[in-house]
Amino acid sequence: MRFSEAWLREWVNPPVDTQQLADQLSMAGLEVDAVEPAASAFSGVFVGLVRAIAPHPDAAKLRICSVDVGQGDPLQIICGAANVAEGMRVPVATIGARLPGDFKIKRAKLRGVESFGMICSAKELGLAESSDGILPLPADAPLGEDFRAWLALDDQCIEVDLTPDRGDCLGLAGLAREVAVINRSPLTPPAIEPVAVVCNDRFPVDLVAPASCPRYVCRVIRGIDPTAETPMWMQERLRRGGIRAISPVVDVTNYVLLELGQPMHGFDLAKLSGEIRVRMAGAGERLALLNGEEATLREDTLVIADAERAVAMAGIMGGSETGVGDTTRDILLESAFFAPLAISGKARSYGLHTDSSHRFERGVDPDLQVRAIERATALLLDIVGGMPGPVQETCSEKYVPQRRTLPLRERRIVQMLGLELPTETIEDILERLGMDLERTADGWMVTPPSARFDLVQEVDLIADVGRIYGYDRIPVSHASASSVTKSAPEAGFDLDRARLALVDRGFHEVITYSFVSPEMQELVEPGAETLKLANPISADLSTMRTSLWPGLLQSALYNQSRQQDRVRLFESGLRFRVTPEGLCQEPGIGGLVAGGVTPEQWEQKSRPVDFYDLKADVEALLALTGAAEEFRFVSGEHPALHPGQTARIERNGEPVGLMGMLHPSVAAKLDLDGDVFLFELNMLPLAEGILPRYRQISRFPAIRRDLALLVDEGVTYGAIEACIRAAEPDLLRELVLFDVYTGQNIDSGRKSLALGLILQSSSQTLTEDLIEKTVGRILDRLTSELDARLRD
Amino acid sequence: MAEHTGLGIDALRDAAIEAIESATDLAALDQVRVRYLGKSGEMTALLKRLGTLPAEERPAAGQEINRAKVAVQEAIDTRKSDLEQASLAARLAAERIDVSLPGRGQQPGGLHPVTRALRRIERLFANSGFAVVEGPEVEDAYHNFEALNIPEHHPARAMHDTFYFDADRLLRTHTSPVQIRVMESQTPPLKIIAPGRVYRCDSDLTHTPMFHQVEGLLVDENVSFADLKGVLYDFLSNFFERDLALRFRPSYFPFTEPSAEVDIQCVMCGGSGCRVCKQTGWLEVLGCGMVYPEVFRHVGIDPDRYLGYAFGMGVERLAMLRYGIDDIRLNFDNDLRYLRQFA
Repeated sequence: MRFSEAWLREWVNPPVDTQQLADQLSMAGLEVDAVEPAASAFSGVFVGLVRAIAPHPDAAKLRICSVDVGQGDPLQIICGAANVAEGMRVPVATIGARLPGDFKIKRAKLRGVESFGMICSAKELGLAESSDGILPLPADAPLGEDFRAWLALDDQCIEVDLTPDRGDCLGLAGLAREVAVINRSPLTPPAIEPVAVVCNDRFPVDLVAPASCPRYVCRVIRGIDPTAETPMWMQERLRRGGIRAISPVVDVTNYVLLELGQPMHGFDLAKLSGEIRVRMAGAGERLALLNGEEATLREDTLVIADAERAVAMAGIMGGSETGVGDTTRDILLESAFFAPLAISGKARSYGLHTDSSHRFERGVDPDLQVRAIERATALLLDIVGGMPGPVQETCSEKYVPQRRTLPLRERRIVQMLGLELPTETIEDILERLGMDLERTADGWMVTPPSARFDLVQEVDLIADVGRIYGYDRIPVSHASASSVTKSAPEAGFDLDRARLALVDRGFHEVITYSFVSPEMQELVEPGAETLKLANPISADLSTMRTSLWPGLLQSALYNQSRQQDRVRLFESGLRFRVTPEGLCQEPGIGGLVAGGVTPEQWEQKSRPVDFYDLKADVEALLALTGAAEEFRFVSGEHPALHPGQTARIERNGEPVGLMGMLHPSVAAKLDLDGDVFLFELNMLPLAEGILPRYRQISRFPAIRRDLALLVDEGVTYGAIEACIRAAEPDLLRELVLFDVYTGQNIDSGRKSLALGLILQSSSQTLTEDLIEKTVGRILDRLTSELDARLRD
Repeated sequence: MAEHTGLGIDALRDAAIEAIESATDLAALDQVRVRYLGKSGEMTALLKRLGTLPAEERPAAGQEINRAKVAVQEAIDTRKSDLEQASLAARLAAERIDVSLPGRGQQPGGLHPVTRALRRIERLFANSGFAVVEGPEVEDAYHNFEALNIPEHHPARAMHDTFYFDADRLLRTHTSPVQIRVMESQTPPLKIIAPGRVYRCDSDLTHTPMFHQVEGLLVDENVSFADLKGVLYDFLSNFFERDLALRFRPSYFPFTEPSAEVDIQCVMCGGSGCRVCKQTGWLEVLGCGMVYPEVFRHVGIDPDRYLGYAFGMGVERLAMLRYGIDDIRLNFDNDLRYLRQFA
């Protein structure tokens, strides 16, 4: 809602300046978004009269005007505008005038003819974004008057961004009441008197849908002057309210909308057939709207119809066929109350949003319609004349919202606000807000004004008391309410700790959108069922990710294309997997590495990162559960990963994640350079951790025996390790793999592994004999299970 | 002192000392020691020859030999110490490095600035006893809207720019539905914060379609707006590590009443007016209010017995103010040159 400050001050004029006024509104919950001058600064512009026009001898488009500015001889001014005409009153910038943009008017010569000023367009005066020609002024514009003073342009436009509960302030009247309450200033609204009825014409009205339209007020006005123009003062108030002037009937209804908050509509009476029927639309019924579009209506939409067809979308927009036009002589003026629920969401569902729908959705004062139509009639008669018929009010009382009476407990105010207020202060605030009070044993019965749709419960009244008293005057309490002991599991995967672990291992955290492009999704998880947005911002952001990899790959690509070749990234967040049981929103943590294993350095050339480098990072995360030994990396497969470098990560046999090298063909499709490695862990199976459990440290020495084993190349280290641990669960403290070798001196198809066995007993010093036996048992098992041989 | 024995002790001693002094390293010195003082060394041999002397000369000769041995041993010790010193000095000199060369190995990465701010928020509230809870991001309309007193067609709903999947499922537009889920599953007293991603169908210079919020909720038998002011005053002052002026501006949220928007004195200009605060001196940083009775009714909490307050803040907004970031979109480009600044 945008309005002229000067206009507001006609209603209420507290002794505060513009900035104070704006602050007051904001602090009363009517947030001021902007305060802008009604016109840019300019001076030296007067109302002039074009006495005569002559062609310019040397320029077809220029004309020499003789302009009377009310003092001295008429000025010779060259004008290029096509619409300049003899007898026209115009704004004239005289020599020495300063126009917006610090443009100074000087004596000038245009193609050899002298010009002593400039006839201005609205744009040149900063009154409009664009202009077609100079600004014609009405015939009653006072000749010689300072233009700025005449239009009272030293005014501010105040824009308030109202919350949806404050429909009552979508008119100057409501705002003025608030300002009056805050400042204890008298309210001086314009007098609204019924106009004298001079014709008896009525137009039949049938409220077919009274629940949606409980009150329909209208009046016939015959014989209006279609050539009349809206006076400048009204055009200016509309302009300062952000509304463009169109024609007197439309302008007056808009004026009343701004002033009282009542949306109105004018029909061309001659184009209405038989009667007004306020009914629901027929399915598929069509209506050509004033904005030039044709709507196909649904049955849930309230319309104003005549005997034959819909003529307006009720409370939203009028129809073009029955609108007031240049030739309209007789009109039907409408001022209705539509129930908020009947209008809510409807405009939006047709892609519309109008000043009218905005107000009806939020609630227009149901007692306002008659006053508004009287006000509009009076204004209209002043401009276009005509013979008003009687005000016709058609009403279904039982559907008109009744003023509620709400109990308000005085103790509850204290309890809720944490503020003790004297009874008189509470009563004073409520009464100033226009509420009727009746004292009860523990407080009051309060009846708010009909315009306050937002006051429906006791707590709403408490909020209003707090609001007017001032939220800033409510004390600040540091008495913290009962503290609830939080549970704090110690064992298990702590995401915060995991993040820091990765950061310490050189990873940067990224946050990517949870929706990805379907192409990327398809590349990473081809064929996976996904959840898709019905209304995405763009196709690129339309598919809910099932993996963190699309975002990580996208981020890697973004950075690689900006000369950041070494990339170590991770992200945590939900993945959205569509499963037969429904949507699964699984928290995960994933990472990507590419480029050198360490940053470039001076001692030796950094080698590219590989699978095992990333594996160490993943193992570090898994170790945070305190249950590292429960995890296994087993050869796996994934469509986006290198088939030979993919590991499925399992915990006690259950999958918890994947890691591996990005498939070279996927990398090529994405244009990613170098080998890229990825991991992703599901956090749910990591949640359970193991609390540290102290074990006695052996007092006996540990001994180490190294074995060089030959096995088939297909035998995994994991199998060897499992075999050794199974063979010697007691004495084996540690197993170290210190070499893996294939090539010279090794049969093809075989590989050599060098292992260190660290043995220790908790009860004795190991004898040579026991050591030999233990190692022998391990070797026997390796030979029988894995065909392992000792290397010579 | 001249020699009286005729055994050539002095000459031997002098020769030994000369050899000691000309030894250039510890190995050579040890050879000298062995040659003179070793089991079969020359001075040891002299002792053996004592027996060849007349008995009355032996004690004096023995003393003399011992004196010579002591002198040689002392010379060896001195020389050894000198050589060790020299060797250590040489080693130290040889091992001199350029300490200004960069360190090697992994360099630390960093948390995303939004996470950084989130951790800070979580910690500050944890200090006041708030527990962190999370909720789903794909929500149903009931939890995101209806339970929060935002019925279908409510103008507030239109203001949410919701991403939908179908008639009922949507991406949560705020973290407030977590309030509902907590109140549905737990009984008061409640004291939680709910951080997380939220989504709005809006993308321009100052909006990204995804961002983060932290929701707070406290429900107990005696809670007032004054307590809410206290908790937010403490939080904001601690978050920005300065004593900030706060402004509670009446506002409207369908799920709280009274409701307020909280402005802080601009942290960029200290309130004198700048580009960031649009010359107002104030920055809007969060919304809050007392839980609306209707919301309690939806989750089966007795609104006559319990009161509660709730608040919600945009994490990007706070992070940007805290770290001086001027473009929200940077947060989702994930440019390493940006991310490294928050390591």
